[in-house]
Amino acid sequence: MTVRIRVIPCLDVAGGRVVKGVNFVDLKDAGDPVEQARAYDAAGADELCFLDIGASHEARGTMVDVVARTAAVCFMPLTVGGGVRSADDARALLLAGADKVAVNSAAVARPELVGDIASRFGSQCVVASVDARAVAPGRWEVFTHGGRRATGIDALDHARRLAALGAGELLVTSMDRDGTRDGYDLALTRAVADAVDVPVVASGGVGSLDHLVAGVVDGGASAVLAASIFHFGEASVGDAHRALRTAGLSTREPA
Amino acid sequence: MTLALIDYGAGNLRSVENALRTVGAEDICVTADPDVVRAADRIVLPGVGAFAAAATALRAVPGLVDALDERVRRDARPFLGVCVGMQLMASVGEEHGDTAGLGWLSGRVRPLSPAGALKVPHMGWNDVRPLGGSALLEPGEAYFLHGFAYEGDGVLATTDHGGTVTAAVGRETAIGVQFHPEKSQRYGLAFLRRFLDWCP
Repeated sequence: MTVRIRVIPCLDVAGGRVVKGVNFVDLKDAGDPVEQARAYDAAGADELCFLDIGASHEARGTMVDVVARTAAVCFMPLTVGGGVRSADDARALLLAGADKVAVNSAAVARPELVGDIASRFGSQCVVASVDARAVAPGRWEVFTHGGRRATGIDALDHARRLAALGAGELLVTSMDRDGTRDGYDLALTRAVADAVDVPVVASGGVGSLDHLVAGVVDGGASAVLAASIFHFGEASVGDAHRALRTAGLSTREPA
Repeated sequence: MTLALIDYGAGNLRSVENALRTVGAEDICVTADPDVVRAADRIVLPGVGAFAAAATALRAVPGLVDALDERVRRDARPFLGVCVGMQLMASVGEEHGDTAGLGWLSGRVRPLSPAGALKVPHMGWNDVRPLGGSALLEPGEAYFLHGFAYEGDGVLATTDHGGTVTAAVGRETAIGVQFHPEKSQRYGLAFLRRFLDWCP
Protein backbone atom coordinates (compact mmCIF):
# COMPACT_ATOMS: atom_id res chain seq x y z
CA MET A 1 0.00 0.00 0.00
CA THR A 2 0.99 3.57 -0.34
CA VAL A 3 0.46 6.59 1.86
CA ARG A 4 -2.98 6.50 3.49
CA ILE A 5 -5.80 8.93 2.92
CA ARG A 6 -5.87 11.06 6.05
CA VAL A 7 -9.04 11.80 8.02
CA ILE A 8 -8.64 15.07 9.88
CA PRO A 9 -11.15 16.28 12.43
CA CYS A 10 -10.98 20.04 12.70
CA LEU A 11 -11.67 21.93 15.88
CA ASP A 12 -12.60 25.55 15.39
CA VAL A 13 -11.37 27.38 18.43
CA ALA A 14 -12.19 30.86 19.71
CA GLY A 15 -11.07 32.16 23.06
CA GLY A 16 -9.61 28.77 23.97
CA ARG A 17 -12.91 26.91 23.48
CA VAL A 18 -14.08 24.72 20.65
CA VAL A 19 -16.86 26.24 18.59
CA LYS A 20 -18.39 25.29 15.30
CA GLY A 21 -19.79 27.92 13.08
CA VAL A 22 -22.38 27.66 10.38
CA ASN A 23 -20.79 29.72 7.64
CA PHE A 24 -18.54 31.05 10.42
CA VAL A 25 -21.42 32.79 12.19
CA ASP A 26 -23.72 31.53 15.00
CA LEU A 27 -21.03 29.84 17.03
CA LYS A 28 -22.05 26.96 19.23
CA ASP A 29 -19.85 26.01 22.18
CA ALA A 30 -18.71 22.43 21.79
CA GLY A 31 -16.21 22.18 24.59
CA ASP A 32 -12.63 22.04 25.66
CA PRO A 33 -10.08 21.62 22.85
CA VAL A 34 -7.66 19.45 24.82
CA GLU A 35 -10.38 17.04 25.91
CA GLN A 36 -11.66 16.78 22.37
CA ALA A 37 -8.15 16.28 21.04
CA ARG A 38 -7.64 13.37 23.44
CA ALA A 39 -10.88 11.80 22.28
CA TYR A 40 -9.82 12.06 18.64
CA ASP A 41 -6.37 10.72 19.45
CA ALA A 42 -7.97 7.70 21.13
CA ALA A 43 -10.33 7.28 18.18
CA GLY A 44 -7.43 6.98 15.75
CA ALA A 45 -7.73 10.28 13.89
CA ASP A 46 -4.90 10.52 11.36
CA GLU A 47 -4.23 14.15 12.23
CA LEU A 48 -5.93 16.91 14.13
CA CYS A 49 -6.43 20.51 13.09
CA PHE A 50 -7.03 23.49 15.37
CA LEU A 51 -8.19 26.64 13.65
CA ASP A 52 -8.29 29.77 15.78
CA ILE A 53 -11.21 31.34 13.99
CA GLY A 54 -11.29 34.38 16.22
CA ALA A 55 -7.70 35.26 15.61
CA SER A 56 -7.63 37.09 12.33
CA HIS A 57 -10.50 39.48 12.93
CA GLU A 58 -10.58 39.93 16.67
CA ALA A 59 -7.69 40.80 18.91
CA ARG A 60 -4.91 38.29 18.25
CA GLY A 61 -5.57 35.37 20.55
CA THR A 62 -2.90 32.87 21.32
CA MET A 63 -3.30 29.17 20.76
CA VAL A 64 0.09 28.43 22.21
CA ASP A 65 -1.19 27.27 25.57
CA VAL A 66 -3.88 25.05 24.06
CA VAL A 67 -1.30 23.56 21.70
CA ALA A 68 1.20 22.88 24.48
CA ARG A 69 -1.41 21.19 26.66
CA THR A 70 -2.61 19.13 23.71
CA ALA A 71 0.87 18.06 22.64
CA ALA A 72 1.55 16.84 26.18
CA VAL A 73 -1.17 14.21 25.92
CA CYS A 74 -1.74 13.57 22.20
CA PHE A 75 0.80 11.77 20.05
CA MET A 76 -0.71 12.56 16.70
CA PRO A 77 0.13 15.16 14.09
CA LEU A 78 -1.31 18.55 14.91
CA THR A 79 -1.90 21.43 12.51
CA VAL A 80 -2.67 24.84 13.96
CA GLY A 81 -3.92 27.83 12.06
CA GLY A 82 -5.58 31.18 12.54
CA GLY A 83 -3.85 34.49 12.99
CA VAL A 84 -0.37 33.32 11.99
CA ARG A 85 1.17 36.51 10.66
CA SER A 86 4.91 35.98 10.94
CA ALA A 87 7.57 33.30 11.05
CA ASP A 88 7.84 34.02 14.77
CA ASP A 89 4.13 33.29 15.25
CA ALA A 90 4.76 29.99 13.48
CA ARG A 91 7.81 29.27 15.61
CA ALA A 92 5.87 29.75 18.85
CA LEU A 93 3.27 27.22 17.74
CA LEU A 94 5.86 24.72 16.50
CA LEU A 95 7.83 24.98 19.75
CA ALA A 96 4.64 24.42 21.70
CA GLY A 97 4.16 21.13 19.87
CA ALA A 98 2.37 21.89 16.60
CA ASP A 99 3.69 19.92 13.62
CA LYS A 100 2.33 22.22 10.97
CA VAL A 101 1.05 25.75 10.91
CA ALA A 102 -1.68 26.91 8.59
CA VAL A 103 -1.39 30.42 7.23
CA ASN A 104 -4.40 32.13 5.78
CA SER A 105 -5.19 35.83 5.62
CA ALA A 106 -1.59 36.86 6.16
CA ALA A 107 -0.47 34.80 3.17
CA VAL A 108 -2.98 36.56 0.98
CA ALA A 109 -1.62 39.96 1.94
CA ARG A 110 1.97 38.72 1.94
CA PRO A 111 2.47 35.39 0.17
CA GLU A 112 6.20 35.49 0.88
CA LEU A 113 5.32 34.67 4.51
CA VAL A 114 4.94 31.08 3.30
CA GLY A 115 8.48 31.18 1.99
CA ASP A 116 9.76 32.73 5.24
CA ILE A 117 8.29 29.94 7.33
CA ALA A 118 9.32 27.20 4.87
CA SER A 119 12.92 28.34 4.74
CA ARG A 120 13.20 28.52 8.53
CA PHE A 121 11.28 25.43 9.52
CA GLY A 122 10.85 23.41 6.32
CA SER A 123 8.10 23.13 3.75
CA GLN A 124 6.69 20.12 5.54
CA CYS A 125 5.38 22.32 8.34
CA VAL A 126 3.67 24.98 6.23
CA VAL A 127 0.03 24.48 5.34
CA ALA A 128 -1.26 27.29 3.17
CA SER A 129 -4.98 27.88 3.30
CA VAL A 130 -6.93 28.67 0.19
CA ASP A 131 -10.36 29.94 1.23
CA ALA A 132 -12.38 30.45 -1.91
CA ARG A 133 -15.82 31.18 -3.27
CA ALA A 134 -17.08 30.38 -6.75
CA VAL A 135 -17.46 33.56 -8.76
CA ALA A 136 -18.21 31.98 -12.15
CA PRO A 137 -18.35 28.41 -13.47
CA GLY A 138 -14.84 27.00 -13.09
CA ARG A 139 -13.55 30.16 -11.44
CA TRP A 140 -12.98 30.78 -7.76
CA GLU A 141 -11.77 33.79 -5.88
CA VAL A 142 -9.83 33.94 -2.62
CA PHE A 143 -11.74 35.33 0.36
CA THR A 144 -10.26 36.26 3.72
CA HIS A 145 -11.52 37.07 7.20
CA GLY A 146 -13.71 34.02 7.61
CA GLY A 147 -15.09 34.30 4.09
CA ARG A 148 -16.31 37.86 4.45
CA ARG A 149 -13.75 39.77 2.42
CA ALA A 150 -13.19 39.35 -1.30
CA THR A 151 -9.66 39.80 -2.57
CA GLY A 152 -10.00 39.69 -6.35
CA ILE A 153 -7.29 36.98 -6.40
CA ASP A 154 -7.90 33.90 -8.53
CA ALA A 155 -7.85 30.86 -6.28
CA LEU A 156 -5.88 28.62 -8.66
CA ASP A 157 -3.24 31.28 -9.28
CA HIS A 158 -2.96 31.75 -5.53
CA ALA A 159 -2.67 28.00 -4.94
CA ARG A 160 0.13 27.63 -7.51
CA ARG A 161 1.96 30.58 -6.04
CA LEU A 162 1.75 29.29 -2.46
CA ALA A 163 3.06 25.88 -3.54
CA ALA A 164 5.89 27.49 -5.47
CA LEU A 165 6.82 29.57 -2.42
CA GLY A 166 7.26 26.41 -0.38
CA ALA A 167 3.92 25.43 1.12
CA GLY A 168 4.05 21.71 1.90
CA GLU A 169 0.31 21.28 1.74
CA LEU A 170 -2.77 23.27 0.75
CA LEU A 171 -5.92 23.39 2.85
CA VAL A 172 -8.66 24.18 0.37
CA THR A 173 -11.90 25.42 1.93
CA SER A 174 -14.99 26.29 -0.02
CA MET A 175 -16.49 29.27 1.76
CA ASP A 176 -19.69 28.62 -0.19
CA ARG A 177 -20.01 25.18 1.35
CA ASP A 178 -18.51 25.68 4.79
CA GLY A 179 -21.13 24.90 7.41
CA THR A 180 -23.77 23.89 4.85
CA ARG A 181 -23.33 20.10 5.09
CA ASP A 182 -23.86 19.92 1.32
CA GLY A 183 -20.41 18.42 0.66
CA TYR A 184 -17.10 19.79 -0.54
CA ASP A 185 -16.90 21.97 -3.65
CA LEU A 186 -15.42 19.07 -5.59
CA ALA A 187 -14.66 21.06 -8.71
CA LEU A 188 -12.61 23.53 -6.65
CA THR A 189 -10.80 20.73 -4.80
CA ARG A 190 -10.02 18.90 -8.05
CA ALA A 191 -8.86 22.06 -9.82
CA VAL A 192 -6.40 22.87 -7.03
CA ALA A 193 -5.21 19.25 -6.65
CA ASP A 194 -4.48 19.12 -10.37
CA ALA A 195 -2.71 22.47 -10.28
CA VAL A 196 -0.11 21.65 -7.61
CA ASP A 197 2.27 18.81 -6.70
CA VAL A 198 1.80 19.11 -2.95
CA PRO A 199 -0.99 17.32 -1.05
CA VAL A 200 -4.39 18.99 -0.89
CA VAL A 201 -6.73 18.78 2.10
CA ALA A 202 -10.41 19.11 1.18
CA SER A 203 -12.39 21.26 3.59
CA GLY A 204 -15.76 22.91 3.97
CA GLY A 205 -19.24 21.44 3.84
CA VAL A 206 -19.04 17.81 4.95
CA GLY A 207 -22.43 16.47 6.00
CA SER A 208 -21.97 12.75 5.38
CA LEU A 209 -19.34 10.08 4.98
CA ASP A 210 -20.04 9.98 1.24
CA HIS A 211 -18.75 13.53 1.06
CA LEU A 212 -15.40 12.40 2.47
CA VAL A 213 -15.14 9.67 -0.16
CA ALA A 214 -16.06 12.12 -2.93
CA GLY A 215 -13.38 14.55 -1.72
CA VAL A 216 -10.76 11.94 -2.54
CA VAL A 217 -12.29 10.13 -5.51
CA ASP A 218 -13.69 13.17 -7.31
CA GLY A 219 -11.79 16.00 -5.67
CA GLY A 220 -8.35 14.39 -5.80
CA ALA A 221 -7.63 15.30 -2.17
CA SER A 222 -4.93 13.52 -0.14
CA ALA A 223 -6.75 14.23 3.10
CA VAL A 224 -10.28 15.06 4.14
CA LEU A 225 -11.13 17.50 6.87
CA ALA A 226 -14.45 17.71 8.65
CA ALA A 227 -15.82 19.15 11.84
CA SER A 228 -19.44 18.81 12.82
CA ILE A 229 -20.09 15.25 11.66
CA PHE A 230 -17.44 14.13 14.12
CA HIS A 231 -18.09 16.60 16.91
CA PHE A 232 -21.72 15.78 17.33
CA GLY A 233 -21.19 12.05 17.19
CA GLU A 234 -22.90 11.41 13.86
CA ALA A 235 -19.84 9.55 12.63
CA SER A 236 -16.63 8.30 14.18
CA VAL A 237 -13.18 8.42 12.68
CA GLY A 238 -13.49 4.64 12.33
CA ASP A 239 -16.69 5.11 10.32
CA ALA A 240 -14.83 7.52 8.05
CA HIS A 241 -11.98 5.07 7.54
CA ARG A 242 -14.46 2.29 6.79
CA ALA A 243 -16.29 4.41 4.23
CA LEU A 244 -13.03 5.25 2.49
CA ARG A 245 -11.89 1.64 2.51
CA THR A 246 -15.21 0.46 1.14
CA ALA A 247 -14.63 2.84 -1.76
CA GLY A 248 -11.30 1.12 -2.41
CA LEU A 249 -9.12 3.80 -0.87
CA SER A 250 -6.13 3.16 1.34
CA THR A 251 -6.59 4.02 5.02
CA ARG A 252 -5.00 3.00 8.27
CA GLU A 253 -5.84 -0.37 9.71
CA PRO A 254 -8.63 -0.40 12.26
CA ALA A 255 -7.27 0.06 15.79
CA MET B 1 19.86 6.80 33.15
CA THR B 2 20.38 10.12 31.41
CA LEU B 3 18.90 10.69 27.99
CA ALA B 4 20.31 13.64 26.09
CA LEU B 5 17.71 15.15 23.78
CA ILE B 6 19.73 17.31 21.46
CA ASP B 7 18.51 20.91 21.18
CA TYR B 8 20.17 22.51 18.20
CA GLY B 9 17.39 25.02 17.62
CA ALA B 10 15.83 23.10 14.78
CA GLY B 11 13.92 20.29 16.36
CA ASN B 12 10.39 19.45 17.38
CA LEU B 13 11.72 19.03 20.85
CA ARG B 14 8.62 19.32 22.90
CA SER B 15 6.74 16.56 21.08
CA VAL B 16 9.66 14.16 21.27
CA GLU B 17 10.22 14.95 24.95
CA ASN B 18 6.53 14.45 25.75
CA ALA B 19 6.49 11.10 23.99
CA LEU B 20 9.70 9.87 25.67
CA ARG B 21 8.36 10.84 29.10
CA THR B 22 5.09 9.07 28.37
CA VAL B 23 6.91 5.80 27.73
CA GLY B 24 8.96 6.07 30.89
CA ALA B 25 12.07 8.17 30.26
CA GLU B 26 12.71 10.06 33.47
CA ASP B 27 16.05 11.77 33.30
CA ILE B 28 15.75 13.66 30.02
CA CYS B 29 18.23 16.45 29.51
CA VAL B 30 17.34 18.84 26.69
CA THR B 31 20.76 20.07 25.76
CA ALA B 32 23.36 21.15 23.26
CA ASP B 33 26.19 20.95 25.79
CA PRO B 34 28.95 18.63 24.52
CA ASP B 35 29.88 17.65 28.08
CA VAL B 36 26.34 16.53 28.82
CA VAL B 37 26.29 14.56 25.56
CA ARG B 38 29.59 12.87 26.51
CA ALA B 39 28.05 11.73 29.81
CA ALA B 40 24.67 10.66 28.44
CA ASP B 41 23.55 7.03 28.50
CA ARG B 42 21.28 7.50 25.51
CA ILE B 43 21.02 10.19 22.84
CA VAL B 44 18.08 11.33 20.74
CA LEU B 45 18.53 13.70 17.80
CA PRO B 46 15.17 15.07 16.70
CA GLY B 47 14.68 17.17 13.64
CA VAL B 48 12.25 18.88 11.40
CA GLY B 49 12.98 21.19 8.53
CA ALA B 50 15.64 21.20 5.87
CA PHE B 51 18.81 19.09 5.94
CA ALA B 52 21.16 22.01 5.23
CA ALA B 53 19.67 24.21 7.94
CA ALA B 54 19.77 21.36 10.45
CA ALA B 55 23.36 20.38 9.61
CA THR B 56 24.44 24.00 9.87
CA ALA B 57 22.67 24.44 13.20
CA LEU B 58 24.29 21.28 14.57
CA ARG B 59 27.77 22.44 13.53
CA ALA B 60 27.13 25.91 14.92
CA VAL B 61 27.33 24.49 18.45
CA PRO B 62 31.06 24.22 19.22
CA GLY B 63 32.11 20.67 20.00
CA LEU B 64 28.67 19.12 19.61
CA VAL B 65 29.38 17.01 16.53
CA ASP B 66 32.62 15.69 18.07
CA ALA B 67 30.79 14.84 21.29
CA LEU B 68 28.10 12.93 19.35
CA ASP B 69 30.78 11.05 17.43
CA GLU B 70 32.63 10.09 20.60
CA ARG B 71 29.62 9.06 22.61
CA VAL B 72 27.87 7.11 19.87
CA ARG B 73 30.70 5.69 17.79
CA ARG B 74 33.53 5.32 20.31
CA ASP B 75 31.54 4.69 23.51
CA ALA B 76 28.75 2.77 21.71
CA ARG B 77 25.83 4.43 23.49
CA PRO B 78 22.38 3.99 21.96
CA PHE B 79 21.41 6.77 19.57
CA LEU B 80 18.11 7.54 17.89
CA GLY B 81 17.75 10.02 15.03
CA VAL B 82 14.24 11.11 14.03
CA CYS B 83 13.33 12.43 10.58
CA VAL B 84 15.97 15.03 9.72
CA GLY B 85 17.83 13.74 12.79
CA MET B 86 17.99 10.39 10.99
CA GLN B 87 18.94 11.98 7.68
CA LEU B 88 21.86 13.72 9.38
CA MET B 89 23.46 10.30 9.92
CA ALA B 90 24.16 10.22 6.16
CA SER B 91 27.29 11.44 4.44
CA VAL B 92 25.55 14.08 2.35
CA GLY B 93 22.17 15.80 2.05
CA GLU B 94 21.07 17.41 -1.17
CA GLU B 95 18.36 19.69 0.22
CA HIS B 96 19.29 23.31 -0.55
CA GLY B 97 22.63 22.23 -2.05
CA ASP B 98 25.02 19.45 -1.00
CA THR B 99 25.73 19.58 2.73
CA ALA B 100 27.81 17.14 4.73
CA GLY B 101 26.02 15.12 7.40
CA LEU B 102 27.54 13.25 10.32
CA GLY B 103 28.80 10.61 7.88
CA TRP B 104 27.91 7.63 10.06
CA LEU B 105 26.29 5.94 7.08
CA SER B 106 27.53 5.97 3.54
CA GLY B 107 24.58 7.43 1.69
CA ARG B 108 22.84 10.50 0.39
CA VAL B 109 19.59 12.23 1.26
CA ARG B 110 17.94 12.91 -2.07
CA PRO B 111 14.67 14.52 -3.22
CA LEU B 112 11.70 12.18 -3.40
CA SER B 113 10.47 11.79 -6.95
CA PRO B 114 7.62 9.29 -6.83
CA ALA B 115 6.31 7.64 -9.95
CA GLY B 116 2.83 8.60 -11.03
CA ALA B 117 0.66 11.34 -9.61
CA LEU B 118 1.79 10.93 -6.01
CA LYS B 119 2.34 14.07 -4.01
CA VAL B 120 5.48 15.42 -2.38
CA PRO B 121 6.04 15.89 0.56
CA HIS B 122 5.29 12.30 1.47
CA MET B 123 2.83 13.20 4.18
CA GLY B 124 0.77 10.82 6.23
CA TRP B 125 0.56 7.29 7.58
CA ASN B 126 2.37 4.59 5.71
CA ASP B 127 3.84 1.14 6.21
CA VAL B 128 7.02 0.44 8.08
CA ARG B 129 8.45 -2.76 6.59
CA PRO B 130 11.43 -4.03 8.54
CA LEU B 131 14.06 -5.82 6.49
CA GLY B 132 15.34 -7.74 9.50
CA GLY B 133 18.45 -6.76 11.33
CA SER B 134 16.91 -4.63 14.07
CA ALA B 135 14.91 -5.84 17.04
CA LEU B 136 13.57 -2.31 17.50
CA LEU B 137 11.54 -2.28 14.31
CA GLU B 138 8.21 -3.99 13.96
CA PRO B 139 5.88 -3.94 10.98
CA GLY B 140 3.15 -1.36 11.29
CA GLU B 141 1.90 2.05 10.27
CA ALA B 142 3.69 5.26 11.18
CA TYR B 143 3.41 8.93 10.33
CA PHE B 144 5.80 10.27 7.70
CA LEU B 145 6.37 13.90 6.78
CA HIS B 146 9.28 14.50 4.43
CA GLY B 147 10.25 15.55 0.93
CA PHE B 148 13.74 14.02 0.89
CA ALA B 149 14.80 10.47 1.62
CA TYR B 150 17.94 8.51 2.43
CA GLU B 151 19.56 6.21 -0.12
CA GLY B 152 22.61 4.20 0.83
CA ASP B 153 24.01 1.66 3.29
CA GLY B 154 22.41 0.49 6.48
CA VAL B 155 18.73 0.52 5.49
CA LEU B 156 16.74 -1.35 8.15
CA ALA B 157 13.17 -0.71 6.99
CA THR B 158 11.39 0.67 3.99
CA THR B 159 8.05 2.16 3.04
CA ASP B 160 6.47 2.82 -0.33
CA HIS B 161 5.68 6.12 -1.99
CA GLY B 162 5.76 5.65 -5.72
CA GLY B 163 8.76 3.39 -5.19
CA THR B 164 10.72 2.07 -2.22
CA VAL B 165 11.58 4.73 0.33
CA THR B 166 13.88 4.33 3.33
CA ALA B 167 11.95 4.23 6.59
CA ALA B 168 14.77 3.35 9.00
CA VAL B 169 18.54 3.05 9.00
CA GLY B 170 21.20 2.03 11.45
CA ARG B 171 24.49 0.50 12.37
CA GLU B 172 25.80 -0.82 15.66
CA THR B 173 24.26 1.28 18.43
CA ALA B 174 22.71 3.95 16.22
CA ILE B 175 19.25 3.82 14.68
CA GLY B 176 17.42 6.42 12.68
CA VAL B 177 13.79 6.55 11.62
CA GLN B 178 12.34 8.66 8.85
CA PHE B 179 8.88 8.49 10.40
CA HIS B 180 7.86 10.41 13.49
CA PRO B 181 7.45 7.99 16.41
CA GLU B 182 6.37 10.89 18.60
CA LYS B 183 3.42 11.41 16.24
CA SER B 184 2.62 7.80 15.48
CA GLN B 185 0.29 7.13 18.39
CA ARG B 186 0.54 3.58 19.76
CA TYR B 187 2.97 2.32 17.14
CA GLY B 188 5.33 5.20 17.76
CA LEU B 189 5.16 5.05 21.53
CA ALA B 190 5.86 1.30 21.44
CA PHE B 191 8.90 1.95 19.26
CA LEU B 192 10.22 4.59 21.67
CA ARG B 193 9.69 2.24 24.59
CA ARG B 194 11.80 -0.39 22.81
CA PHE B 195 14.48 2.22 22.18
CA LEU B 196 14.58 3.06 25.89
CA ASP B 197 15.01 -0.64 26.70
CA TRP B 198 17.56 -1.20 23.95
CA CYS B 199 20.92 -2.53 25.10
CA PRO B 200 22.82 -3.11 21.86
